[in-house]
Amino acid sequence: MNYFVVLTLTGLAAGMVYSALALALVLIWRATRIVNFAQGAMAMSTTYIALAVIQATGNYWIGFVAALVAGLAMGALAERFIVRWVETGPPLNAVILTLGLFLVLEAVVPMIWGAQIRSFPAPFSIAATQVGNTYIALSPFSIFTIAVVLAVMGAMLALFRLTGIGLRMRAAAFAPDMARLLGVRVGRLLTFGWALASMAGALAGMLVAPTLLLYPSNMDAILVYGFTAAVLGGLDSPVGALVGGVGIGLALSYIGGYVGGDLEAIGALVILIAILMLRPQGLFVHAAERRA
Amino acid sequence: MRLRGGTLLRNAAIAAVLVVLLAVGLFELDSLNAFVVYQLSSVTYVAIAAAGLTLLTGLNGQLSLGHGALMGIGAYCTAVLLRSYTDLNPAAVMAAAVLTTAAVSVVVGLGAARLRGPYLAGATLGLAVGLPGVAVRFSGFFGGDQGLNVPALSAPDSLSQVPQEVWLAWVGLVPAAITFVLLANLVSTRYGRDFKAIREDEIASALHGIRVARTQVLAFVLSGACAGLAGSLMAYTSNLAAPGSFPLTLSLELLAAIVIGGLGTLPGAVWGALVIVFAPDWIGSLNDALHLPGPVRAELPLALFGAVFVVAMLAFPEGVQGGLVRLWRWRVGRRQAAAARA
Repeated sequence: MNYFVVLTLTGLAAGMVYSALALALVLIWRATRIVNFAQGAMAMSTTYIALAVIQATGNYWIGFVAALVAGLAMGALAERFIVRWVETGPPLNAVILTLGLFLVLEAVVPMIWGAQIRSFPAPFSIAATQVGNTYIALSPFSIFTIAVVLAVMGAMLALFRLTGIGLRMRAAAFAPDMARLLGVRVGRLLTFGWALASMAGALAGMLVAPTLLLYPSNMDAILVYGFTAAVLGGLDSPVGALVGGVGIGLALSYIGGYVGGDLEAIGALVILIAILMLRPQGLFVHAAERRA
Repeated sequence: MRLRGGTLLRNAAIAAVLVVLLAVGLFELDSLNAFVVYQLSSVTYVAIAAAGLTLLTGLNGQLSLGHGALMGIGAYCTAVLLRSYTDLNPAAVMAAAVLTTAAVSVVVGLGAARLRGPYLAGATLGLAVGLPGVAVRFSGFFGGDQGLNVPALSAPDSLSQVPQEVWLAWVGLVPAAITFVLLANLVSTRYGRDFKAIREDEIASALHGIRVARTQVLAFVLSGACAGLAGSLMAYTSNLAAPGSFPLTLSLELLAAIVIGGLGTLPGAVWGALVIVFAPDWIGSLNDALHLPGPVRAELPLALFGAVFVVAMLAFPEGVQGGLVRLWRWRVGRRQAAAARA
């Protein structure tokens, strides 16, 4: 029973990271109907940038901000200068393009920083919290992870629901031509959407690196988990991404704890296929007819 | 009916002539450069896997990021079978590898292929990332990180003067020829037209009575079977089935092969396979000329493949083959315009 609680708590924290990456996938899917398979590699690159900044300045928080800013910039540049040209073409081309970005990033990063596995600093302890004589599986860093993902999710939801730019973004995603006729700068909003998504991915990269360590393909599995979480949530809903991420985090934690850690990724595949067979529209889909 | 039989016979005859020519050519080439012959033997299985991916991606418009992992299933099936039955005929082993991989493809395809959009790509990505973990978890059966050894394939005594790498290349030519003949035949049948129709317009295909979901799953299973055959051949060639031999990048290299060769043409799969196998060498000699540092050397091929994806999709949205066709039409159009002016 105690073991079950431990797995639940670690799964919760891991799930928050998957939520952040799922959110990144969902934001881009909503806006451009593209699954950005480069999302994991982009997050990995921004985490390397953060590590370089941390080593140069000796301050974790400067590196943290650098990762988020680098994420924003990378997403905006990728959309404006590369993805923009295939957005209206066949979806297959766009996916192959994101895979090209994936390959380039996973090859260029080791060219700059080497391919060896690196440890990554955490601002708080990643060991279990001690309260009196009992240990709680939730480490201070896990609590930080949960808090920061919830805060970012809340901020993004507020942006979409409460602000004018959020309304225009939703309009641009839902009916781009109509939005354009009404004077919305759709292209600019797509760039902004990619930047936001890429920032959420960069956050996931920062949060996963202390426990998973940092190497060029360290986000590959996280991308699969994030995709599974996004599909579970409906691929269209930010709230679904959060719930899906936590669900996948818990499920994978139980699989890792009771069946074997090496089977987490294949477990995610089994869950994904089960979702696609039983409830392909996901748990939180706003309008079924918009399913691609 | 007569036409279809004619196509099959013609393709089979062309393939048989090509196989004989290539077999003789490989034998002659071996005295000049044995390593190139060894590399050509790996072109055979890369071409088989790329041909399977061409069927799925080029003709049916679906994307698989897991063909490398499916090759892994074929390779492990080969290794496990040969561990228990050392003297099993390679043809029987390859058939078993094909069937096993096809069975796995049915499971993945049923879940993912019947839905439009990115689901098959995502699910096959999961396969590519997750499958090595299975080999590690059940290391008693699959040999863990070290993998399983596959006994070398040696020529029969009557052909003992044939060098090992030539024999491997010969053995690879036969399943490659069979695969290409069968696929070329499939493309010209009703199934091939159904695949293309679905790629162009799913709703219109459904209105014409094509069972979209079933056809998509069929395309994925056939494509996966090719990958299984390729994996089995790869295990014979490299004498090993190990998790490290089937990384995600292998799947992406296969995709690079068909993007380079032009999405949707079977000959393109061969050109693409040649580039994938030989590009690291060419890039290696480029490195020697430029004196690049070690990490750049190691990663340059993948970076270039990635760049090829980006450039191909931006400059030739219809694939390299389509781009060439467009270029040809443009030139012909200009010549006709010049003739009209004169």
